[in-house]
Amino acid sequence: MSTGTPPAAVPSAATDRGTVWTVRGLVKTYPAGRGRKAAAPPAVRANDGIDLDVGQGEIFGLLGPNGAGKTTLVRQLTGLLRPDAGSIRLFGHDLVAHPDRAARLIGYLGQESTALDELTVALAAETTGRLRGLDPRTARSERDAVLEELELTGLACRPLKRLSGGQRRLACFAAALVGGRPMLVLDEPTTGMDPVARRAVWAAIDRRRAERGTTVLLVTHNVLEAETVLDRVAVIDDGRVIACDTPSGLKAMVEGDVRLDLVWRDEPPLHLAEIAALGESAEAAGRRWTLRMAQEEARGVVATVTGGPAFAALDDFTLATPSLEDVYLALGGRRKGLVKA
Amino acid sequence: MSTLSARTPWPAVPGPRLDHDDGEAADHAAPLAPRAGLLPALGAVYRAQLSRAKVARIPLLFVATFQSVGIMVLMRGVVGAGSEAARAVVSGSSVLVVAFVALNLLAQYFGQLRASGGLDHYATLPVPPASVVLGAAAAYASFTVPGTLVTAGVGCLLFHLPLGNLWVLAAVVPLAGAALSGLGAALGLLAPRQELATLAGQLGMSAALLLGVLPADHMPSPVAYARDLLPSTYGVEAFARTFAAAPDWFAVLGDLAVCAAVGMASLALATWAYRRAACR
Repeated sequence: MSTGTPPAAVPSAATDRGTVWTVRGLVKTYPAGRGRKAAAPPAVRANDGIDLDVGQGEIFGLLGPNGAGKTTLVRQLTGLLRPDAGSIRLFGHDLVAHPDRAARLIGYLGQESTALDELTVALAAETTGRLRGLDPRTARSERDAVLEELELTGLACRPLKRLSGGQRRLACFAAALVGGRPMLVLDEPTTGMDPVARRAVWAAIDRRRAERGTTVLLVTHNVLEAETVLDRVAVIDDGRVIACDTPSGLKAMVEGDVRLDLVWRDEPPLHLAEIAALGESAEAAGRRWTLRMAQEEARGVVATVTGGPAFAALDDFTLATPSLEDVYLALGGRRKGLVKA
Repeated sequence: MSTLSARTPWPAVPGPRLDHDDGEAADHAAPLAPRAGLLPALGAVYRAQLSRAKVARIPLLFVATFQSVGIMVLMRGVVGAGSEAARAVVSGSSVLVVAFVALNLLAQYFGQLRASGGLDHYATLPVPPASVVLGAAAAYASFTVPGTLVTAGVGCLLFHLPLGNLWVLAAVVPLAGAALSGLGAALGLLAPRQELATLAGQLGMSAALLLGVLPADHMPSPVAYARDLLPSTYGVEAFARTFAAAPDWFAVLGDLAVCAAVGMASLALATWAYRRAACR
């Protein structure tokens, strides 16, 4: 876990499998901008004492809204950015002292594809393999195998920039897999993908984990994805890890609570006293109200809303067990921006 | 890569590559995947960049050639066929194609790659920085070959110059290409903002146009000095000399040698600029 607190607080799930990635006390501050006078942005402490332990073969997630510090953390882990303080050890290598080793241990999928955009899918994968040190024959055979695996063979001759966003992302993912590395760092890999492509991504990852013990660090702001595919997740907020556990372990922290979503047909019937009272604690987004409360209380509210005069104004309602977003909010997460789809 | 299994722990690797690692963890450090060699990586980058021509570059190559041919047609109105000035116009216009593509377009490409975070892709692969810069520079220099040949051929016909020594372009294009693409890459990578990279590339190409196409002896001396500083000038001079009835091949070689030296320096600068931009 961790919050910059002593390493003793780190949960031990990672050690069961043999820790391969250890991060201690990572700090990164972006200096104040050089803008004119008052417009100059202040210094930002993007990572504020981060501790993490990732075990061999784990699918470990970093969950947090945009601006929480996930990408800064990943850029340090992949050798792209030098931390101000702290240590990073991956498979026994000190990546702060030897950032160049990251490229020889990690397959990285960043958020940007501009370096590959004008290449065909096949050439993007093959070139990336060659640049990972594969000889031409191996690069070609790995390319073919990965494209086949991700069902991209039909698109092999199409340039990335002429593909849809999801297909392009999948092609970049294919490039990240060629020249297999023991660690994959994937920064929001499934953005823009349809469910079929998402399944292909997760199947490919599972296969590598089962066959080769590949470890995966996944950055996401999608809570549903985090809940379904991650072994453990570190919740990041304002540059700190505010919680780190399995998704079910995290959800157990808010076990007694449920989430009630009310969608009104038009305006909420605020003339009704009980609805007006409810409105004070609801988080409103357009016609949708979201309420987080204890189960007992929720039952009462549902009875009131569905049984009384308010029902006429109600379009839809859902009662759900807590998601990681609820955990994030319960832990004091301040930003909005986690995605639920 | 499949030396790993889910059950076996990471094998101990005594290898010499781990000599410098510190502390206890070095004893059970995992093996590192090999680095890509300079030449294989350069080849892979070159091939990938060359393939981009099919997608994005062909219209621009057409523009580059059309611009140079247009300038020669314009100059034909004021410069007599077969004259000293005609040689300068044809050689300057031919090398201008190289400047347009290698300097201007490469500056824009690297500027855009840097601004959009595209350099991260290369920075997270175990490749020597020089291979990325040299591969891209070589590809952009190669893009210029058809346009340069067409421009030189049309120019020779337009200004009644001999076609016999056009083979010298086989040396001029790679050497001027190296000098200009190195400069273009360095401008693109060093410019703090993408727009400035584009601006620098455009200005560089304009300089090659204004200082390269006209004969040097018509210029005021400060402008002539500026011309001497421009990396493309020596390629232009070398090419112009070969139109003489009895070319001074030593002078041609001398110009090409300067061009090669400037090319090496500018590619070294570009590699340094790449390291600075891509590595932390």
